[in-house]
Amino acid sequence: MSKSAKSLALSVLLITAIAAGTAFGQVRKKTGLGREALTEEIAAWDHDVRPDGVGLPQGKGSVKEGEVIYQEQCAVCHGEFGEGKDRWPVLAGGQGSLKSEGPEKTIGSFWPFASTTFDYIRRAMPFGNAQSLTPDQAYALTAYLLQLNDLVKEDFVLSRENFAAVKLPNEANFFDDDRETSEKHFWKKNPCMSNCKSEVKITGHARMIDVTPGSKDGPKVD
Amino acid sequence: MSENTALDRRRFLRAAGLAGAGLALPALAQERKPESVITEVQDWARNLGDGVQAHPYGMPSEYEKHVVRRDVEWLTAGRESSVNFTPLHELDGIITPNGLCFERHHSGIANIDPAKHRLMLNGLLDRQLVFTVDDIKRFPGRINKAYFLECAANSGMEWRGAQLNGCQFTHGMVHNVWYTGIPLKTLLDEAGIKTNGKWILAEGADAAGMTRSIPIEKALKDCMVAWAMNGEALRPEQGYPLRLVVPGWEGNMWVKWLRRIEVGDQPWHHREETSKYTDLLADGRARRFTWIMDAKSIVTNPSPQAPLKHKGPNVLTGIAWSGRGSVARVDVTTDGGKNWKGARLDGPVMPLSLARFYVDIDWNGQEMLIQSRVMDSSGYVQPTKDELRKVRGVNSIYHNNGIHTWLVRANGETENVEIS
Repeated sequence: MSKSAKSLALSVLLITAIAAGTAFGQVRKKTGLGREALTEEIAAWDHDVRPDGVGLPQGKGSVKEGEVIYQEQCAVCHGEFGEGKDRWPVLAGGQGSLKSEGPEKTIGSFWPFASTTFDYIRRAMPFGNAQSLTPDQAYALTAYLLQLNDLVKEDFVLSRENFAAVKLPNEANFFDDDRETSEKHFWKKNPCMSNCKSEVKITGHARMIDVTPGSKDGPKVD
Repeated sequence: MSENTALDRRRFLRAAGLAGAGLALPALAQERKPESVITEVQDWARNLGDGVQAHPYGMPSEYEKHVVRRDVEWLTAGRESSVNFTPLHELDGIITPNGLCFERHHSGIANIDPAKHRLMLNGLLDRQLVFTVDDIKRFPGRINKAYFLECAANSGMEWRGAQLNGCQFTHGMVHNVWYTGIPLKTLLDEAGIKTNGKWILAEGADAAGMTRSIPIEKALKDCMVAWAMNGEALRPEQGYPLRLVVPGWEGNMWVKWLRRIEVGDQPWHHREETSKYTDLLADGRARRFTWIMDAKSIVTNPSPQAPLKHKGPNVLTGIAWSGRGSVARVDVTTDGGKNWKGARLDGPVMPLSLARFYVDIDWNGQEMLIQSRVMDSSGYVQPTKDELRKVRGVNSIYHNNGIHTWLVRANGETENVEIS
């Protein structure tokens, strides 16, 4: 191809690109605001972990090491055996309770992925002293919580290498939002306006339960 | 009645040309003592009031002290990871005042110096970027939008039956605010999303490091990075200096104190989208990623904290909203759902924003069972609580948008009840 033919082809290509871009309104000038994030800065903040193990730091921790940290820093709220004190979250037990009147949604009974435990411990725990644990301590605590839920043995050591192999038993019981099919009958053309039912009975009163704050000094009615 | 007064009354009637006309006359007014609030000069009418700058940041009247957020202490273990409730029964129109927007924190309110706040964009992007708050405010294409924010757990205590006596407690985890900010798309375009970027992770700078996964379609469609609410800077408890706005979707996703947006090819399945904010059904399975807030409405007046005090004309009012679009109509019943009547919507009806409805009623002391029912622009009709329970059971905690019932007794007292 001659030089001029080449440059013609190039300019046709350019014009086409510009035209297409303009037609879709997609030629957007970058503002240049902000600056490039440095690798160290991203490393300081990007700690998030996914179920496939992406995001896990180097490190490892054993059930035994985890037990020591747990009893020192976690048991005060979560209880010695993960049973939860007062209304703080219950972390262990609850297997088989999900269909009952009082479902106990713990790591072992409900949570779908072990990575959630590691991620949450490292970002938000201990409550009031967040981001104070090393990766090894987070591995150890996760290992201990798995053991409290009878999912690993007492000599288990959790690491980046074996993390993805840990599966939680309830994973298969989660499914994506299906309201638009399973609740399709909530879309109605003409909701009933008159004589919609013949009888109305009161079946429950909030006052009987009497748990409303300030209900004793509520508004007076003449 | 003394002779004089009777005489005065006859004179008055004659003068007014009304004697014997058989109209409802101000007869009682003639017999009552004159009201001292009218006949006596009040302090505020005689003395000088405070000058300007007595309150550099204005506050409500001292007689409105009861109009506050309230919490339910037994609900949570501590106040740093807790919730309080908007006093819906004290508000009107569609905008929630900044100081009354309900709060939900997972590790307390982060108190952030905006000069030290940064927003990082990293992950599957052409460029990994860091912005100051000033940078964010310099972006072209600033927008203003009114959106409702409802906690997915709003009305969560009512799944098994009527429990809390007041719409503040049953429905007060919702507010409606004008946000100022820029589309999240503007920032993502600035960084350049790689073709395999399908999800974002929004992260807060608070001690909970709150994170939520959001599909890229939603992030590009209408999410905002906001710095102002109702015309002024975000309140610390609402995410100062920057928060994510995720219109129509559950409040937990509207990450406050927003410090980082990561782009990835899969959701992260973090705590607030697995252990929490998933909907446990009766069969033990759990729905996840139930982001959209279903259409919902509530009569705010009368309600247990705002009983009827007078017979005769009264204004029944309430709010309605939908995460799928705008409020198309609201119907109200006073007989427990036997007969319904269309309510009047007043004020702007905008997509993904609260709408205000009214029904002017004449109350003669009869017992009433009041409900409201919204239909949204997608044709979704707010279900009864029983219809909801049929599909979802009672262990869901989240996404209770069932029709709510208030019983108004003959003396005006109003109670949260369940009906057949």
